[in-house]
Amino acid sequence: MEHLELFFKSIFVDNMVFAYFLGMCSYLAVSKKVSTAVGLGAAVIFVLTVTVPLNWLLDQYILQEGALTWLGAEYADYDLSFLSFILFIATIATMVQLVEIVVEKFSPSLYNSLGIFLPLIAVNCAILGGSLFMQSREIETFGLALNYGFSSGIGWFLAILAIAAIREKIRYSNVPAPLRGLGITFIITGLMAIGFMSFGGMLTGGSEEKPSLDSDPESLGTQVEEKIESTETPEVSTLLTKN
Amino acid sequence: MGLLSKKDSKLIMDPLADNNPITIQVLGICSALAITAQLKPSIVMAVSVLFVMGVGNVVISLMRNIIPSKIRIIVQLIVVATLVIIVDQVLKAFAYSLSKELSVFIGLIITNCIIMGRFEAFALGNKPWRSFLDGIGNAAGYGVILIIVGFFRELLGSGTLFGFQVLGNPVTKTGLYAIGYENNGFMVLPPMALIVVGIIIWVQRSKNKELIEEN
Repeated sequence: MEHLELFFKSIFVDNMVFAYFLGMCSYLAVSKKVSTAVGLGAAVIFVLTVTVPLNWLLDQYILQEGALTWLGAEYADYDLSFLSFILFIATIATMVQLVEIVVEKFSPSLYNSLGIFLPLIAVNCAILGGSLFMQSREIETFGLALNYGFSSGIGWFLAILAIAAIREKIRYSNVPAPLRGLGITFIITGLMAIGFMSFGGMLTGGSEEKPSLDSDPESLGTQVEEKIESTETPEVSTLLTKN
Repeated sequence: MGLLSKKDSKLIMDPLADNNPITIQVLGICSALAITAQLKPSIVMAVSVLFVMGVGNVVISLMRNIIPSKIRIIVQLIVVATLVIIVDQVLKAFAYSLSKELSVFIGLIITNCIIMGRFEAFALGNKPWRSFLDGIGNAAGYGVILIIVGFFRELLGSGTLFGFQVLGNPVTKTGLYAIGYENNGFMVLPPMALIVVGIIIWVQRSKNKELIEEN
């Protein structure tokens, strides 16, 4: 149940592209054709599935406060979390290189379809973002970390697939000249993000408490929602008293 | 501009307008948009990127002759990561609540494509002073967009700037609210960042027709 909830939440509610704008650069640059978008999307799923659990292990056994206890009692109060950026990015860069070599060796056809995208991925913010969110949300088990990496990859894949399909079609539409290309893509992505916001209620199921969203102080979206509630309720109440 | 030659000042001025990293080069959008719901985090982000970009470009430019080209990406990543750790630790020490608010997005400066892009395209082939100017220019171009987006989203979304209620108080109905103005709560939600940037691009390209894309 926990797994299923995280799975759907990462794909739809906390979608990498639409809720946090991660990986926007490659999202905008490689979404002109569906076929290339599928290639990059698959590569992102793959790399996220590998790196998030790996970085979870690093975080649990090296970086966190007290994570070094397994080395001996005298290391118990070390806190290396300031090193996480550099270690995470090193893992990602190494993994991408490694994956590239392995894929090239064992599956040349997959390499040909993913090949050019793999090096790009090392600097895709969605990958590092996946690891950093994994750390800041304190995901508990290895299985959940694996699940989180995989499902946020799928979310990213869905987003780039959808925008690529729309951009292929929009070529035949009469877009105002200054908006052509980048401008309209931004606006479409914005509209798609509004659409994806409707998934926000999916996991709460209309129940009184919102366990998954409220327990996540990092997520800017919910902070903002709370802010809206807090600014709107007084207005509504004053309106009601006026009428 | 006694200090800067014409060529040097072009390095700074170009990215501010006609070669803006966000609206023209399409770089560095990743870590930028999510934090623009308010003006203050936007400015902090802009300053952080300015620091990382300026220092990073100089460091890479100083090392440009000794970096083997095969491992340059890793070297660049490590330089950025080190600078970002400095920024992150400084923020945690002096502005803890702000650093909580920016959460992972400070870390994501590492993978900000502007930085890697400028390292690759400029710092690896130019002298430190020029690289520094280029870094500052590009980071400023990035910051300008962030600040514009942050300004409009905070002003229209919550009627405040830096947290001050510039349009009057929505609860007691003073200022603009007295004549029936309402905050557009939608502006503070993530999707509007994209649409605001889309509109900035629209305005910029209708002013400068040369920037219009084919399709």
